[in-house]
Amino acid sequence: MTVSAVFYQLFQNVLVLLAAPLLMGWIAQCRAWLQNRRGAGVLQPYRNLLKLFHKDAVLAHDASQLFLFTPYILFACMWLAAALVPVIATDMPLSSAVDVIALVGIFALARVFISLAAMDIGTAFGSLGARREMLVGFLAEPALLMVLFTASTISQSTSLITIVEVLAHKQFVLYPSLAFASVAFVMVLLAENARIPVDNPSTHLELTMIHEAMVLEYSARHLALVEWAGALKMLAYMTMGIALFVPWGIAATGKWHALPLAVALMLLKLAVGGAGLALLETLSAKMRIFRVPEFMGTAFLLAVLGLLTHFLLEA
Amino acid sequence: MFDQFGALPIDFALGAVVGWLALGIAALLLQSSRFVTRFVFPAGAFCSLVLAAAGLGALTEPSTALLPLGMPDLPFHLRLDALSGFFLVLLGGANIGISLFSSGYFRTMAAPGLSLLGFQYHVFAAAMALVLMADDAYMFMVAWEAMALSSYFLVTTDHHLPEVRRAGFLYLLMAHIGAIAILMCFGVMQGGHGDYTFETMRHAHLSPFWASITFLLALFGFGAKAGILPLHAWLPEAHPAAPSPVSAVMSGIMLKTAIYGMLRVMFDLLHADQWWWGVLVLTLGLLTALFGVIFAAVQVDMKRLLAYSSIENIGIILAGIGLALIFHHFGKETLSALALTAALYHALNHAFMKGLLFMGTGAVLHATGERRLGKLGGLIRHMPKLALLMLVGTLAVAGLPPLNGFVSEWLLLQAFLFSPGLEHSYINMLVPIASASVALISALAGYVMVKFYGVIFLGQPREESIAHAHDAGIWERIGMTWMALNCIALGVFPVFVILRLDFVTQFLVHRSLGVSAAKTGWLLLTPIQAERASYGPLVLLLCIVGGMLLTILVVKRFYHGRMRRSAPWDCGFPAQTPRMQDTAEGFGQPIRQIFEWLLGVVRQLPTPFDQHPHYHSETRDRIWDLLYVPIKRLNEVLSAQVGRLQQGRIHHYLLFSFLTLLALLAFVK
Repeated sequence: MTVSAVFYQLFQNVLVLLAAPLLMGWIAQCRAWLQNRRGAGVLQPYRNLLKLFHKDAVLAHDASQLFLFTPYILFACMWLAAALVPVIATDMPLSSAVDVIALVGIFALARVFISLAAMDIGTAFGSLGARREMLVGFLAEPALLMVLFTASTISQSTSLITIVEVLAHKQFVLYPSLAFASVAFVMVLLAENARIPVDNPSTHLELTMIHEAMVLEYSARHLALVEWAGALKMLAYMTMGIALFVPWGIAATGKWHALPLAVALMLLKLAVGGAGLALLETLSAKMRIFRVPEFMGTAFLLAVLGLLTHFLLEA
Repeated sequence: MFDQFGALPIDFALGAVVGWLALGIAALLLQSSRFVTRFVFPAGAFCSLVLAAAGLGALTEPSTALLPLGMPDLPFHLRLDALSGFFLVLLGGANIGISLFSSGYFRTMAAPGLSLLGFQYHVFAAAMALVLMADDAYMFMVAWEAMALSSYFLVTTDHHLPEVRRAGFLYLLMAHIGAIAILMCFGVMQGGHGDYTFETMRHAHLSPFWASITFLLALFGFGAKAGILPLHAWLPEAHPAAPSPVSAVMSGIMLKTAIYGMLRVMFDLLHADQWWWGVLVLTLGLLTALFGVIFAAVQVDMKRLLAYSSIENIGIILAGIGLALIFHHFGKETLSALALTAALYHALNHAFMKGLLFMGTGAVLHATGERRLGKLGGLIRHMPKLALLMLVGTLAVAGLPPLNGFVSEWLLLQAFLFSPGLEHSYINMLVPIASASVALISALAGYVMVKFYGVIFLGQPREESIAHAHDAGIWERIGMTWMALNCIALGVFPVFVILRLDFVTQFLVHRSLGVSAAKTGWLLLTPIQAERASYGPLVLLLCIVGGMLLTILVVKRFYHGRMRRSAPWDCGFPAQTPRMQDTAEGFGQPIRQIFEWLLGVVRQLPTPFDQHPHYHSETRDRIWDLLYVPIKRLNEVLSAQVGRLQQGRIHHYLLFSFLTLLALLAFVK
């Protein structure tokens, strides 16, 4: 482990923490533009966080320690996940401790904790949200794993660094398996980040909400952490998509001068990705909850197909 | 480490077994409940410790012994090699916690029943140890039957309840059908020499046909004990019927003796292997796991839920074994060792995590008198210490990092991923599908465990009566803490475990992972190569805990920290009652809806005009109706036909004897 590696790691840790709300703001702004609204500006998530951090926390009478600790666990998990995905440099010490399977495990850990916390107060909405979240999760998690496996079999490694290095520095080859995987990945991204058509982040309509139903009882600093964690999760997924499907331009080991370019490229890719997400969300309508398993099942099957294609065609 | 005592590991192991038997007899003779709970169970825990140490020693130095017991000229052969040693560690290690827990759990039980239970419990433990140490078929079958019988009596501890008697009978029946298959398997393997020692079987060369027959018999016989599809029917009945510590032993340890038997027969005794053996075991394993986890998701009884979850875990272990067989056949010994390591690791994990959860359900049962999930809820506020211990078990069973369940699933997925192009293209196609099923199964396990923990410990109490639940006693907590600590240690320090497991894989497939696992230090687990895959659970744990602490500190530093309590918000809905939470049925409803084609769901819905609306929904095991009921009918028809022979007239019976004699004469001629 070199000094530069530690520096890259710390740099990315701080960068993702600060950039995550910006990404959410950008997506919301794009959505507003697409819907002919002026929007609140890309900085609105920061204002929201600041506001929430200044509020007095209100806690239900029966909230247990589990409920109190979950926002911190969630935040730590998502921060770790976002810090793991190599997007600006491939020289990152943490990535050797956590490979893609462990990364999916971290997402699962966070999901289990937030679902448990949702059930803790014992309200109707809480357990409804937890049940729906687990319903989405049990199909999204294997689908994500299959997408990552496709990339792993191409690069012969489950280490994120090796995957990115192989995919970024190889000459451009079109992998049919990755095409399947990318479609599946976008579907998983939508579902896991509570976006339309699976969930709607800007509604509190009881019949449709999933994620919002789980965090109804959180307020002030706890809610701020949950929201920030959500932003980090979105960033982690976006950067994972970048790392898997458009990894070009990442700074190679020990090349300091490539870093500014890499950061700029990452921001550009994120901006394009965010705009694309906003477009997708604007074009599609929210599904009924029992359409969701079909949607996720499709994603899972596509991902498995991708892996099968790889095994069949060796490509 | 045993040299300084001038004794071999097997002497210590035998000492522990004799100790257990002596304790059991003492419990039976003294008829004092104080004696059983205060002395017999803690002393049993000590014997377990000795046994585990002996098993650990046996990993490096195999030893044999000859017991002058049994029939004349047919002594009991005992042998303690790496495979037996590993399973003895599992048995001893898990039983330490369960014995300590039992010492607190059974304090409310009256003397006659308790001393009998103490006797049976220790005979059960000793029989399991002897199964693992047996080196001839005779000894093996005696120990196997002793294990089945003692556990039957333990299952029927509450024999005054008809459903418990029924569950016990089903268990005994399945155990014996399995035992017959195992007996026949040994019969084929001795190959006509009449020598039933494993040593002879190891050197007997069977033709591929007879080897396959042996393999199928072993799979059936041990599969009936392990609960693989479709021989699982006894498991969800017997586990809930038994007292909770007994369920913990049965699920955590006894199922593993069947795994031991499979490994012993398939890898150690049989050599001529066929390519389809592994495929069959892998397919059966995955089907079993998928079946188990889907049924676990729709259960409404906490112990039945865990029983189905055990079926799932056995399926995962079996999938690992199947993969190892496939790799072994194609000569990929390192990958075979990897798959086998995953299976063994999962067996060890399951002993601790499922033992922990079963004991926890016992504590809940004691505190509330309720087993149905729909009546529980909110116990985290009344039993906070138990809730914390159970949280560890829950996360472990859900296969989440950095706990132990994740390590074995990680290893198994690695084994799938690194299957390079095998020569057989159909098997190659199987690999991605199988890995997808493993991913789906582990994700569903998360669903099941959220349901399990959430419905029991979180939310509001669903019944008034359980609001007075008291936390588990000190001995119960000590036993569970031991299990929980093991779950954490197995999760965070996998390299040390794998270095020990290497002796087992070395013994079974003559290859080990150790060198590659330890190459990058104990911090990172790197099977095969560091570039291909690595996992550092301690780093992961420290990152998450560090991130948490940092966040808490920063929030504390820059934030005023004001907090007040109020009624739950719940979208401003004022009339909240505990009955509005999800019940177990409610939480499992999406799974029931998605997999309705698989589950036999019987539903009774109220009409809008019902004066007393009543909703009833029941999930039935379709395999029971499709397989077991026809067999039972056939059996009844056949018995009726045989019944015709029994006329009750003596001259008919004399005629039968005469005909038999004639037939025998003709046969001998």
